[in-house]
Amino acid sequence: MERPDYERLRWRCIRRALLELDITLTRFLDDGFDKLNEAQQQAFVELADMEDYDLWDLLTGKEETDDPRLAPIVAMLRKS
Amino acid sequence: MSIPVLKFDAVIVGAGGAGLRSAIQLSEAGLKTAVLSKVFPTRSHTVAAQGGVAASLGNSEEDHWHWHMYDTVKGSDWLGDQDAIEFMVRKANECVVELEHYGMPFDRTDNGKIYQRPFGGHMSNFGEKPVRRSCAAADRTGHAMLHAMYQRNVKANTQFFVEWMALDLIRDEAGHVVGVTAMEMETGQVVIFHTRATIFATGGAGRIFYSSTNAFINTGDGLGMAARAGIPLEDMEFWQFHPTGVAGAGVLITEGVRGEGGILRNSSKERFMERYAPNAKDLASRDVVSRAMTTEINEGRGCGVNKDYVLLDITHLDPNTIMKRLPGIREIGLQFAGVDCIKEPLPVVPTCHYQMGGIPTHYSGRVVTPQNGDPNTIVPGFYAAGECACASVHGANRLGTNSLLDLLVFGKSAGDSAVEDLKAGKAHRELPKDAAEKSLARISAIDNRKGGANVHETRLAMQRTMQNHAGVFRFGDLLKSGVDKILEVEKAARQLEIKDKSMAWNTARTEALEMENLIEVAKATMLSAEARKESRGAHVRDDAPDTPEFPNGRNDKEWLKHTLFNPVDNTISYKPVNMQPLTVETIALKTRSY
Ligand SMILES: Cc1cc2nc3c(=O)[nH]c(=O)nc-3n(C[C@H](O)[C@H](O)[C@H](O)COP(=O)(O)OP(=O)(O)OC[C@H]3O[C@@H](n4cnc5c(N)ncnc54)[C@H](O)[C@@H]3O)c2cc1C
Repeated sequence: MERPDYERLRWRCIRRALLELDITLTRFLDDGFDKLNEAQQQAFVELADMEDYDLWDLLTGKEETDDPRLAPIVAMLRKS
Repeated sequence: MSIPVLKFDAVIVGAGGAGLRSAIQLSEAGLKTAVLSKVFPTRSHTVAAQGGVAASLGNSEEDHWHWHMYDTVKGSDWLGDQDAIEFMVRKANECVVELEHYGMPFDRTDNGKIYQRPFGGHMSNFGEKPVRRSCAAADRTGHAMLHAMYQRNVKANTQFFVEWMALDLIRDEAGHVVGVTAMEMETGQVVIFHTRATIFATGGAGRIFYSSTNAFINTGDGLGMAARAGIPLEDMEFWQFHPTGVAGAGVLITEGVRGEGGILRNSSKERFMERYAPNAKDLASRDVVSRAMTTEINEGRGCGVNKDYVLLDITHLDPNTIMKRLPGIREIGLQFAGVDCIKEPLPVVPTCHYQMGGIPTHYSGRVVTPQNGDPNTIVPGFYAAGECACASVHGANRLGTNSLLDLLVFGKSAGDSAVEDLKAGKAHRELPKDAAEKSLARISAIDNRKGGANVHETRLAMQRTMQNHAGVFRFGDLLKSGVDKILEVEKAARQLEIKDKSMAWNTARTEALEMENLIEVAKATMLSAEARKESRGAHVRDDAPDTPEFPNGRNDKEWLKHTLFNPVDNTISYKPVNMQPLTVETIALKTRSY
């Protein structure tokens, strides 16, 4: 990922509406993001663009996604 | 270097509840209005508010604004200004109904009225018994509120500058505010917003503490900008703590967990609340529980390697009850403490939650500052509302659901005042020649410094100092040493260095600029807390205990006054509390007990 794109993503992960997501996404960005391939990174960008409660509901299992690109990243985030 | 200048009638810094509410007033009055935000508006921290907004609609049972006023004055431990409090509670119904018209999906009763539920501290008939006063939209009140107001602003042609960070207030020689400098994050470009009215709605600064329920965005930028422009900060010693934040993470665990039977335990598994509050035990009020927890930790009965937290135990509850009655709690435990609360207790600590103090304002939303002996001189062109402002309605302690009300009422009132002042027809005042110089110099210092302090480490040092020296339960000697320590941290915070020098999307630079704001707030808090030698509301000192002469440690003879911390020379002055309401009689001083 190009530097400005990564940094934009970073800002959108470290400044969320919910503290729960600040912590979870920052942690993932620091520990797991590098290991993703390009398509997976793009899927993560999509997740990070979601509204806070929608994403939090996914991460806590209150909601599920049937999008085959997003589901594996959601699973990783749940474990991170 | 020539800096682009954008001309607006009004600029509002902040797109949370307070900012969006005031923008509606300005845009709908036909004024050219810009709203700046570090994040997309509906990612502002107001989204996190779940509990509701207070208004004495009386939909579920009899209620009256005068009762709401009494509760708010009492909650504030009589430090709230009674004119501002009367103003707020009387505007509550109108503001909530307006929000309904903007499309806010409030919960409803069977006959279609806004449904209301009880919330701590809100009572009927001057403190007699709990009353249903809180209006909510499921558990998404703040979120729904922002969406409704954002849509309204889009219709009214408010111009949004998203992912822009305001840097400094621009004041001319006469002290008038004539705009702000701001940085577009995407490009790193600094721009001047030249305005006739500038409204701050930048939210709280809870990140000055190590343990905070506040999202990372709450870095007190508005307070930092005001402080750098020489405007004193009011009542900064008063911070509300929530007893149960997850240790290390801060994430809030609702009171409901103790309501369902959760028990607090120390390192020897003792249910210690039995010693502090034999009747209410774990359900005692927030401040009592927080102080008991701190005493346990301070006296060596905390848990973990560092003995720095206590345990919230629900392992005795039926797992089905936990899943049904406390949704989300298990996930929070798993995600942020690595603990399955069905099998193991959760590590918790008292956690910073809400900032009562802030930029001093009149209830009209106009910012006031001491000048020529008058502590409430208006700063022309400058307004503030929401958590960054101090009207002061929360005084020494805020009641739950009163802050969402605060941002509606004072957001609107700041907007109305700006409209009124602008309609009076004043043109843009001239920009000072060096309007952007301060901001540019700060950025270039951060960019070019070698051998300076690391942002992350400096922030951590500040947060630990605040937590250990000015936490929920305060001690004279710790406050004294805290002052020395925070002034040490301040030196580092003025010498920040970053490795990344890129222009576009430089998050390291943004975080360094935020740190320069945080330290202003931390310093004001520590020095104001050290100076106030009584206990009042959320400011509780071990050396100002409960005695017959000073119930709860509160000393009205000497300390019934607002603190004004002057950040330029670190001095403190005081101003009287306004005990005179607008139309009713003063709510007379009394011991605050529930
Ligand atoms: C977990 C939690 C739950 C809560 N629940 C309740 C509740 O149920 N009821 C209640 O009444 N209160 C509640 N509160 C308190 C209440 O939510 C806040 O006090 C209130 O939402 C603050 O609103 P605001 O508009 O002042 O600021 P915010 O909503 O925090 O918005 C601040 C805005 O300023 C912008 N900003 C900041 N600095 C800059 C800068 N330098 N440049 C550009 N933009 C900037 C941000 O981007 C953001 O848009 C809760 C608080 C927390 C933490």
